[in-house]
Amino acid sequence: MTLLITIIAAVITTLIWYSSEKARELKVSMLVFMFWGASLMWLVDAAVEFIEIRAEYFTPAAADMLNDSFLGLSVIALALVIWVVALLIKDPKHVIAARLQGKSNS
Amino acid sequence: MACFIVPATEAVVTTIVTKIVEMKEKDKLTETGTVEVSEKKTGFSRKLKWLNGLLWGGSALLAFEHLWHGEITPFFPFLTAASNPADAAEMLHEMATSGVAMAVLVTLVWGGMVLASTLIEKKSVSPKKSTEV
Repeated sequence: MTLLITIIAAVITTLIWYSSEKARELKVSMLVFMFWGASLMWLVDAAVEFIEIRAEYFTPAAADMLNDSFLGLSVIALALVIWVVALLIKDPKHVIAARLQGKSNS
Repeated sequence: MACFIVPATEAVVTTIVTKIVEMKEKDKLTETGTVEVSEKKTGFSRKLKWLNGLLWGGSALLAFEHLWHGEITPFFPFLTAASNPADAAEMLHEMATSGVAMAVLVTLVWGGMVLASTLIEKKSVSPKKSTEV
């Protein structure tokens, strides 16, 4: 479930990056790399688990599914927080710099 | 258990390599002044940054997953599996199998991205064949 949620997030962010110039300016590529990187790594985990337990892999217990879904959403939240912090630090549109300069001038 | 350590280690190495390549590209640019060529082609340092993004991003999210499952602790030895020899052996086995497979898969995908971008660049740089007779 975590893998599935991360892949969906990776596809959505890739489409946003591809279609929007503004998104590219806001460094959405960072999210794209994070989600694809994690998806590839969890894909290996899933393959290893599938080799070990075979068809049982596709019938997880409800509690495990719920926990994995919660983890998947938390992963997305964490990635978004990392992206926002990086965006504010890099300040590609110089919004923060302008605000700070405006404050110091007044 | 600690499979993310392998791609994270690769990320450290590729980040250092990226810095070195970046410096070399800058030196080359100031020596030859080949601005036109660098504008048309994506520098190798930029392509390496794609790999860094995949490795660092993936490792960070996987580290969070390990924290979620209680496999990482904020105190020494930081990995719960490292506290006893039996678990440590299992952890090392997982790093050698899953961890290496993760690093290899991410690197292979990046290789595909580099190949695709090189082909696209070549296509856009080469003059179009005239269809007129």
